[in-house]
Amino acid sequence: MIPTCKETSVLLSQGQDRRLKPSESLRLRLHLLICRRCRSFSQQLEFLRAAVRRYRDHG
Amino acid sequence: MEPKAPGADHAAIERERGYLLRYARLQLRDPAAEDAVQETLLAAIEGAARFSGKSSLRTWLTGILKHKIIDHLRRNSREQPLSSGDDAAEADAVDALFAGDGHWRDFSADWGNPDAALENRRFWAALELCVQRLPARTARVFMMREVMEMPNEEICKALDITATNCWVLLHRARLTLRECLELQWFGKPEK
Repeated sequence: MIPTCKETSVLLSQGQDRRLKPSESLRLRLHLLICRRCRSFSQQLEFLRAAVRRYRDHG
Repeated sequence: MEPKAPGADHAAIERERGYLLRYARLQLRDPAAEDAVQETLLAAIEGAARFSGKSSLRTWLTGILKHKIIDHLRRNSREQPLSSGDDAAEADAVDALFAGDGHWRDFSADWGNPDAALENRRFWAALELCVQRLPARTARVFMMREVMEMPNEEICKALDITATNCWVLLHRARLTLRECLELQWFGKPEK
């Protein structure tokens, strides 16, 4: 079953902290195929991580 | 001239103080941040001979500082348990981002090319503000993960929380920061 945006946001977040199980990553990819907002959210998570590291290293 | 002795020289260690202090202040408030840096510099000067030069001096010093910060957070988390009222309020705030059917309730602003923000001095003030608004425990877990790049298991051990709790706090932190950056920066017509 395709997860909701809320569940997808959990998977995207946990994907930054651990390796997702194959079943989780399949569900995640199915949702991202059909949801532009969650694709944006995924990019925003990457941006957030990069921004915080840049802040740390270059102030 | 004498051949250069192995190890780190004191002046070079001292020059990293500014960087270390900024790093520490991302995790701790003063005076705890200053104390952690002071302890790090003392430990580094005492142990300067152990610096092999394989990594950069900054990396070596940051490694020592991380241990000092974690020691402090560990002591502190025992002293200040999480209040359940704050936790419920925070969970509600995250739930409010989604409609009953699990869809995003409001997710409109297009961030355009977000990397451009990294070149804008005022963006960092917005980021600082957003991090400061996070509840203390959420901010702590987020900073341990993203600034110190600690694996979840180590964060759990240091703060004595479960892995699930750790994931919940990280998810909340990221959702809240996204929301805040949209309000404070990306959704604003003039930056």
